[in-house]
Amino acid sequence: MKNQRRQLLKAIGIVGLVPLQQAHATPEEAASAINRIVGTNAVKEGRVQLELASLIENGNLVTIKVSTDSPMSQSDYVKAIHLVAERNPLPNILSAYFTPQSGTANFTTRIRLADTQRVWAIAQMSDGSFYQTYADTLITSSACSEGFI
Amino acid sequence: MLLYAAPSSAADPRQSGYQLMSAENKAMQDDPSLNPATFAILDGQSAWQEKLGSSNQACASCHGDAAKSMQGVATRYPQLVDGKLMNLEGRINQCRAEKQKVKPLPYESKELLSLLAYISVQSKGMPIQIKANPATQPYLEAGKRHFNQRIGQLNLSCKQCHEERAGEKLAGIPIPQAHPTAYPIYRIEWQSVGSLQRRLRNCMIGVRAEPYAYGSKELTELELFLMMRANGMPLEAPGVRP
Amino acid sequence: MSKTSRTLITMPKTARKGEIIEIKAIVQHDMETGFRHTEQGKLIPRDIIRVFTCQFNGVEVFKADFFPAVGANPLLIFTVIATTSGTLQFSWAGDDGYLATNQSQITVT
Repeated sequence: MKNQRRQLLKAIGIVGLVPLQQAHATPEEAASAINRIVGTNAVKEGRVQLELASLIENGNLVTIKVSTDSPMSQSDYVKAIHLVAERNPLPNILSAYFTPQSGTANFTTRIRLADTQRVWAIAQMSDGSFYQTYADTLITSSACSEGFI
Repeated sequence: MLLYAAPSSAADPRQSGYQLMSAENKAMQDDPSLNPATFAILDGQSAWQEKLGSSNQACASCHGDAAKSMQGVATRYPQLVDGKLMNLEGRINQCRAEKQKVKPLPYESKELLSLLAYISVQSKGMPIQIKANPATQPYLEAGKRHFNQRIGQLNLSCKQCHEERAGEKLAGIPIPQAHPTAYPIYRIEWQSVGSLQRRLRNCMIGVRAEPYAYGSKELTELELFLMMRANGMPLEAPGVRP
Repeated sequence: MSKTSRTLITMPKTARKGEIIEIKAIVQHDMETGFRHTEQGKLIPRDIIRVFTCQFNGVEVFKADFFPAVGANPLLIFTVIATTSGTLQFSWAGDDGYLATNQSQITVT
């Protein structure tokens, strides 16, 4: 069971545990995470869009919508979309994998954003090309919470 | 689809905190397939059927189909039960103790919140209906005193934020009028479902006051006052709030 | 016995052949990040869902890897082409032996 888990973790490329003192990752770590995804390939702008509110009251559950321009045919489809955060404790947020049976590579999910930051979406196409986009958002915090901040 | 419209006339200036939310969070509340509190309702539905105690009684044993028997119930609490002011949590626990002969569920426990969510959703869309009568009057007045009383190191009263400055910004966010129309809520801040009393305690901590205990006389009186203040407004339970 | 929890699938029961259908999948899970501490200062260990998969008649059509930044009670809304009638199988796997499955039938005409 333990070996299977290790293999599973390797397969999905989990970044190593962040030491306790480090509260937030940096744009440089986000860039490293993106480099691990794209390798030496060039990343172009376009073909992928992010819908993310520009002002968010609480970063614990933020709705994010990704859409892509792609025929999603057998020969030309979106293989994967990776969401990466610049100022979360860990840069990787979610990776979605599509097939020609997906119909679209559009998806919606709800994520945690630790602080005001930029969120990246990296799309990997079936021909091996990469496209990227980003959205900037401002996180405030609701008044009157439980803990002393 | 239920809409919690902005006040339709100048005569009723009351507005639910729902109106201040983003489109995404409103959608999260309105659609059960998106609302995280839906799981609490499903847990409550299971709990409703669970036979407990030496007499092997479930809520369903006496109350049957909750969709019928619990309709309107959440709009009428807190209320006096055998001369004691009780909120819905207290009433659930009283039933457990007297009818099922089992221990009360702790405040804010997953089990109690699930039952609360399941019972409250049966009144979704119905107007809050707290009946004023001579017996509840002293509790109502006590609740109003709590609402108007400055407390804590910040020396603020509920009234100063939620009436005098409702709609103005605090840390970039508009201050709601504080009508308890949506409880229990999935508060995004908590990442879980919670009760009105939990939220009231948050506010007390927010102004650096020692919060009243769960189930305390003071919080229940304040609940009664707040519900009365929101009389006629539709219940949104279970709501989503930031 | 692995631990599990409730899941909810929302999708159409019928579709025309070739129609793109939308699937909403939500699962009851706290997604403990591993960055939170108790009031006493003790670190709460990470406990999250790691993978979600959707299979259509036994063929994987969609997959997602979750990291701690996925919000509690993870929601995914995605699409699938309705090719033939059959079964959509959903599964969530995560830390501490977590496993949840759900399925939905679709009639394609």
